[in-house]
Amino acid sequence: MREALDQWTFVIAAYVVGVGATLALVLWSWWAMRRAERRRDKARGK
Amino acid sequence: MGAVRPRISLPRSFASSMHAFANPARFLRIARPLTPVLLLSGLAITAAALVYGLFFAPAERLQGETVRILFIHVPTAWLGMGGWTAIAIASLVELVWRHPLAALAARGAAVPGAVFAAVCLATGSIWGRPAWGTWWVWDGRLTSMLVLLFLYIGYIALAGAVQREGGSSRIPAIFGLVGAVNIPIIHYSVIWWNSLHQPPSLGMGSSAMAAPFLWGLLAATLGFSLLFGGVVLARMRALLADIQAEARLRRKAQEV
Repeated sequence: MREALDQWTFVIAAYVVGVGATLALVLWSWWAMRRAERRRDKARGK
Repeated sequence: MGAVRPRISLPRSFASSMHAFANPARFLRIARPLTPVLLLSGLAITAAALVYGLFFAPAERLQGETVRILFIHVPTAWLGMGGWTAIAIASLVELVWRHPLAALAARGAAVPGAVFAAVCLATGSIWGRPAWGTWWVWDGRLTSMLVLLFLYIGYIALAGAVQREGGSSRIPAIFGLVGAVNIPIIHYSVIWWNSLHQPPSLGMGSSAMAAPFLWGLLAATLGFSLLFGGVVLARMRALLADIQAEARLRRKAQEV
């Protein structure tokens, strides 16, 4: 018996995982950079 | 005081150009405008390539609609391996020439490399179910890619511990160099061993891929690579700012 698989389900799942992880990586990196640079500027007394 | 190590001599122009970026202020002058440019252009090109892959690329004769996963899976696989190659090169530069920013560059490449290796494994597993009838097989390509993800996690933990505990940055650099042995294993795994995974479709100057897939794939690879570069610069800036803040706070504490 052949399994009936909807190919689009797999395509959408892969795009959600890929796009979600990439966006999370970009946003987290930007936020962590801004936070670290604000902390450095504060330590310098700016 | 430690013993003075002999340095490997380099051609003057190469050595001076490499060390021209050793100054953190000079690095920041370049990285500050470059980071948003890389991230924004990367987001735009990646979005365009993925919209093409999802809505405009044709279905493939054998794989049907699932071929669209190619536009995420392949660039993230290349960048997962590229990230560790960058770690190995930066580690070599740090160990041999003691370039002050090399350790930061290696650490900067670790998190995006790990994320792309994880995305490659996840999307490959999702693709494997309709293509092969299974989510996972313990063959050479999949296993060596999983080992790469574990190496990334180990490197991130080791480099973090070294910074926190004040150990030598040469320890993660040696780990980065030794771990590079896995990169050719991943690349040649589909040639050396029987695998469900297909052999490479792209070689140096040759392609077994039809044009509608090839151009979309190259655009997606460019977009993801720009994002990778932007994230590496953002991570390097964050790590540098942390080091500078700690140094300033320590000096202030000594003055009190």
